[in-house]
Amino acid sequence: MIELMQVTKCFNAGKSNEFTAVDSVSLTIGQGLVTVLKGPSGSGKTTLLTLIGCMARPSSGRIRLNDINASFFPETSRKGGFDISSLPERFLTEIRRDTFGFIFQQFNLIKGITVLENIMLPAYPTGRGHALFRKRALELLEMFNISRHETSRVEWLSGGELQRVAIARALINDPAVIVADEPTAHLDSKLSCEFMEIIGNLKAEGKTILIASHDPIVYDSRLADQVIEMRDGRITGSGLVS
Amino acid sequence: MILQPAILALLVSSFLVSLMLLYAGWYGVLILKNWDLASGSDLQLNLEKRTYLISVVLGYALVFQIFSLFLYIFTADSLHTQFVGAMCAAGSLNVNHYGYPTLLLKIANCLLSGVWLIINFADNRGYDYPLIKAKYSLLMILAPLVVLEALLQFGYFKGLHADVITSCCGSLFSAGKRSVGADLAGLPAIPMEWIFFGVMAATLISGVVFCFKEWGGYFFSAASLSTFIISAASLVSFICLYIYELPTHHCPFCILQKEYGYIGYALYATLLGGGITGLGVGALMPFKKIASLVQVVPLIQRRLTWLSMLFYLLFTILVASKMLFTSFRL
Amino acid sequence: MSSFINRHRNIIDFALSSLLRRKIKNISLLGVYTLIIFVLASLIFFVHALRREAALILKNAPDMVVQRLMAGRHELIPVDYGQKISSIRGVQDVVPRLWGYYFDPAIGSNYTVMVPRDNMVQPDNIIIGTGVARVRKASVRDLIAFQAYDKTPLLLMIQQILPYESELVAADLILMSEQDFQSMFNLPKGYATDLAVSVANPRELVTVATKIAEQFPDTRPILKSEILRTYDSVFDWRGGMMIVIMSAAILSFIIFAWDKATGLSAEERKEIGILKSIGWETSDVLFLKFWEGIVISLSAFLCGVLLAYGHVFFFSATIFEHALKGWSILYPQFRLVPAIDAFQLTVLFALSVLPYTVATIVPAWLAASADPDAAMRS
Repeated sequence: MIELMQVTKCFNAGKSNEFTAVDSVSLTIGQGLVTVLKGPSGSGKTTLLTLIGCMARPSSGRIRLNDINASFFPETSRKGGFDISSLPERFLTEIRRDTFGFIFQQFNLIKGITVLENIMLPAYPTGRGHALFRKRALELLEMFNISRHETSRVEWLSGGELQRVAIARALINDPAVIVADEPTAHLDSKLSCEFMEIIGNLKAEGKTILIASHDPIVYDSRLADQVIEMRDGRITGSGLVS
Repeated sequence: MILQPAILALLVSSFLVSLMLLYAGWYGVLILKNWDLASGSDLQLNLEKRTYLISVVLGYALVFQIFSLFLYIFTADSLHTQFVGAMCAAGSLNVNHYGYPTLLLKIANCLLSGVWLIINFADNRGYDYPLIKAKYSLLMILAPLVVLEALLQFGYFKGLHADVITSCCGSLFSAGKRSVGADLAGLPAIPMEWIFFGVMAATLISGVVFCFKEWGGYFFSAASLSTFIISAASLVSFICLYIYELPTHHCPFCILQKEYGYIGYALYATLLGGGITGLGVGALMPFKKIASLVQVVPLIQRRLTWLSMLFYLLFTILVASKMLFTSFRL
Repeated sequence: MSSFINRHRNIIDFALSSLLRRKIKNISLLGVYTLIIFVLASLIFFVHALRREAALILKNAPDMVVQRLMAGRHELIPVDYGQKISSIRGVQDVVPRLWGYYFDPAIGSNYTVMVPRDNMVQPDNIIIGTGVARVRKASVRDLIAFQAYDKTPLLLMIQQILPYESELVAADLILMSEQDFQSMFNLPKGYATDLAVSVANPRELVTVATKIAEQFPDTRPILKSEILRTYDSVFDWRGGMMIVIMSAAILSFIIFAWDKATGLSAEERKEIGILKSIGWETSDVLFLKFWEGIVISLSAFLCGVLLAYGHVFFFSATIFEHALKGWSILYPQFRLVPAIDAFQLTVLFALSVLPYTVATIVPAWLAASADPDAAMRS
């Protein structure tokens, strides 16, 4: 579903502090599978996630996405996927919004607004009707058992609840791929297991899941179909678990 | 120089718009020189971010241009009392040689910035910035024109000196003073009526043909530009006469006044709208074949054509109803 | 189309909620913005209202007035000048006018005394303006005592009080008969204050004026249009000067707005980072900032204009009165007749909202172009 070919990302190119975060990475991420990027901090996992998740453009190399609908792309040339590596931000964002749902290490929820609003935020710029995505958000609240917090502000919630709000927000646009960056870094073991349970449910629904983590609960989980080890921006080992 | 709040307002807004366009123009030059979409370098990413800024700047510039066009006419109108012989804006614009060129340039800049925004709109729909060179080349034309307009406008206001009473000699002063041309001379009315309706019909027909047959886009665009110019000339030549119900008053500005039900705003708004959208169709013609725009451009062009026809049709309806429903006959 | 509207509706929704979340910052901005618009609007409305009042005063004035000058000063004009002037081609009518000023020692104020054209006032009667009625606490059929030129008392009865239309025009006016005028001021017989000349064809006004000035070298013809022109340019100049003086205030407001827009708090910066990371695009954030700006600008504009309207037309522009009036006829206590039009509002808009908007474009873009992956890297 997602193919990376010789992808490199440099920061501050040509300057004295030049730094290559991702160095000629090639890999394929299968549809409906759970892929875990494993490695110490600074190994380039997060940067790789941002490249795959259409948040940033690689300095060189190609990234192809298959089976994705994008209104601006002529249908005839859609076969064999298309190359997102030099798309302008406008289009990257459009793809990202519809295809990827993000779960961040810090949750990245906006303080001062309600849980419901936080969950609906990614849907605001899509141009769908307010009533439509409000309904979807309420369903998600129900699904994650946090309906009672609908009108609470996020700063009043516990860690586990915050996590579930963050997941609900990632699902509001019904994306095909879930991208999570160190999702269990701030959770205790019980909550981490709970998180993996939710991931299991999402996998069962057919979502493709991509997690960067150095937490054994994640990469040793039986859910992980593919574990890719990274160090210094390169892939040092990968293998299909099952 | 007359120190009036409205003049200060105009000078300020022109200054700001010029500043904005010079700023945008500067980055336009950088973009034209360094653009390389294939590269993911920091420079390229920064330039791509700048394109957002420039779109925003041009968007505001267009709004401010339209705004300053009307403010300019308003101001000229409010100044007419201070010049011997001036009856309305038409007279005060005649006070020195900069009055009318400034006005024409303001109109031209409105049209051009409108066309720029249309090209920008199309460009933003293509996934590989297909029109980047075209739109920044157009910016290179637009920016100097806007600066020139600001300078001409400054020259116009600087050259204004009110004819006021001095303590000794009341009206002798008026007598010695050359009276400014009070009114515009119009082209002969009856032939203009034929030309106006003829061109309008040609534009509408070619618009319909273009929409359904995808043929004759350049012709439609040229026709709509001619319609714009001829309609403006017709306003002076005969449309005004029906509105004022006077056989001699040709001023195209008094129609903006309350006495005439502000009909001028409807006329100018539809005319500008029709002109900008019509020109936009032509401006997009060369880009129909670009791969990333194959689907986009024809759709935008069709919409623009419909809009343009709608605007011109409204204009024609306004004119025709004035001609039919007033007792005045040429 | 509906997706376009939805998108903006959603963004506006969020813009409002985020404005409300930063109350202190936005209220201080709104307060300063409103103040600037209030001051500017008061000024523009006031000058415009004065201009209109002046035009109203002159509306019924004769097209041309001929005065006699002696030693560079205004002198009484012999009435037989009028007969000679009426023989000039194009002159329709010449009317000698009698008017002057009367100082009322009891009140300490000046009245304008006039003899109306068509004997509308009976001898021993007067018609007075509302201002006079107010200061003398008089009503119709009351007797008012005046002092004639030789200090002898003169008792006149109020026949009518002029309607309250624009008080400025007639507040200090006293209309009396020619007879009473003569006994009050002891004017020499056969003389008038000036001559009102009417001309059949307004295009010939200048020609006629030239002829009068040639035939009677000691006179000065003044056209109504010239008076209007002079008033207009004086008011314009005063308004313009005030704005130039106030430009420092406007500039500091713009710098203040720039500073507010640039100096995003860490919280706000983080928020925009989050929005970008969850799928908001640069132009979405730009629209967010645009709508925030619109809301602030419109509220400030509306509040400022309403406050200024009240200030100028209900409280007679207490703040500027002294700086701007300074015109001797204006001394009576008067309330300006409300008069604003689109032109005034447009000028106001160009002087306030436009610079504000320009000052916030670049800061808004800087905020909006945060990298989407910044939220992940932090």
